[in-house]
Amino acid sequence: MSIPADIKRDFPVLQQQVHDKPLIYLDSGNTSQKPQAVIDAMNEYYETTNANVHRGSYDLAVRATEALEGARAKVARFINAPATNEVVFTKNATEAFNLLARSWGAANLGPGDTVVISEMEHHANIVPWHMLSAEKGFELRWIPVTPDGHLDLRDLDTLLDGAKLVSVTAMSNVLGTLNDIPRLAEAAHGAGALLAVDGSQYVPHVPTDVQAMGADFLIFTGHKMLGPMGIGVLWARAELLEAMPPFLGGGEMILNVTKEGFTTTEIPWKFEAGTPMVAEAVGLGAAIDYLDNLGMDNVRAHEIELTEYALRTLNERYGDKIVIHGPQVAAERGGVLSFVYGEPDMRVHPHDIAQVLDQAGVCVRAGHHCAKPLLQTMNVPATSRASVYVYNDESDIDALAEALEASSDIFAF
Amino acid sequence: MPGLDDLYREVILDHYRSPRNQGELETPPAVRTEGFNPLCGDEVIVFIDVDDNNVITDIAIGGQGCSISQASASMMSAAIKGTSMGEARQFISAFKGLMSIHEGELGGDGSEAEMGIDADVADAGDIRLGDLEALKGVVKFPVRIKCATLSWNTLAQALDEAAGDA
Repeated sequence: MSIPADIKRDFPVLQQQVHDKPLIYLDSGNTSQKPQAVIDAMNEYYETTNANVHRGSYDLAVRATEALEGARAKVARFINAPATNEVVFTKNATEAFNLLARSWGAANLGPGDTVVISEMEHHANIVPWHMLSAEKGFELRWIPVTPDGHLDLRDLDTLLDGAKLVSVTAMSNVLGTLNDIPRLAEAAHGAGALLAVDGSQYVPHVPTDVQAMGADFLIFTGHKMLGPMGIGVLWARAELLEAMPPFLGGGEMILNVTKEGFTTTEIPWKFEAGTPMVAEAVGLGAAIDYLDNLGMDNVRAHEIELTEYALRTLNERYGDKIVIHGPQVAAERGGVLSFVYGEPDMRVHPHDIAQVLDQAGVCVRAGHHCAKPLLQTMNVPATSRASVYVYNDESDIDALAEALEASSDIFAF
Repeated sequence: MPGLDDLYREVILDHYRSPRNQGELETPPAVRTEGFNPLCGDEVIVFIDVDDNNVITDIAIGGQGCSISQASASMMSAAIKGTSMGEARQFISAFKGLMSIHEGELGGDGSEAEMGIDADVADAGDIRLGDLEALKGVVKFPVRIKCATLSWNTLAQALDEAAGDA
């Protein structure tokens, strides 16, 4: 079984034209499009089930609560979490990292402590540590990136010496690099540190098993995996969540409140203050059903095939006029293709490329991709990035390759 | 529908390919300011030399960016070199006015409020933008307005600093 050839039909957004051209969506690393099944599930929730959760005693509220908790169970199963109550819903991956920093980090980090991240992190896994470090005075160390786009693990033991937390991405959002998470988990645990994994680019594309990864925390977001914007996930082992102080305070997260103070309720609700995003959870659950139906092994196989096709097509057509960053072997990477294009001595600026491609209906992202430290290491100010997902096929790559030619015409010297 | 020809006018591409006043000036006496477009990572560095009569005797532009930000910076440098600080501020107002005019085709009564021109622009007097008018097509591509205005905002900071030093 593989990805159905007519899969685009499931995605209403992809049925339109822009600038009189069919929409070619190659920005799924930024956000994915949503299948009709996800849109329908969210509509149906509002049409048949909506009520506030965990507090109403009437049937409708019970069903709304079941919808939220049913989605949580789907997420837990999707990542092979040992228990459903280890899945905390957040607004997005960024909020999940802030939860990790403000709760676990604030309780465990101080002067003399160290957090290790890598040069290929998204700003969401950098800035919360900068912010907390400024308050708590711990050290932030960086795993370097090699010129061919891999983590440089040669001095890992030195880097990890005295570390309390290692927090790295499973797949780079710029280079597409797949990192060796089990190896990092072993090294982190050997050094007495915990391992947090940014799965934002990984979980949507690769079969995920938190137990096989050896991670202590896994963070990802719904909108990059066919689900809606407004819901993200922090998974952590139950005993870690039990020991962590709450993040946001308010309704839903308490056991008791008096004039003197409060006590927190049990996990995961301890970390979910206020009315949660129930329809978004339902949408994420429907996205997981859709992905399960495709089969995550097929999703990954399709991505490898398409990435291989893109690397071959673009390199053969443009030679030294194009440089695609990151690993050159599709099996070592995800379908996130950052590139610079133009004559070797005068590249066309990514912002101009994105503009020209847009006129051909092709959507790519241009800029620093919220990974400025990585781009500084790569010594490029910006890249263009095409990223694929289940609904892309070879015709989309062909359209990208064709549209790039037009930017040469405009900017040729 | 706006096409790429509206954006990438020949005079813009000329400035992009052969940027004027590129480089650095010695600081001091020059004032140096940096501007960033956090959206795309573009960076413009403006150096100005201002004499005792508040005349901008020299300007240099550094940094990197897309065709629009680089061409705008180049044209700006050519336009304000040799002008007074006051005239340079009028250029900034006039250029920002050009960038804040919503698409002319939108209709309406054409009043300044309708066109989104702020009050400063009315004070810009007889400033003639010349080649810079070629950038007005940028308004049809709203995400690119920040590319075009980056160097001008950076120049405004430089003028503030130069005035503060005086």
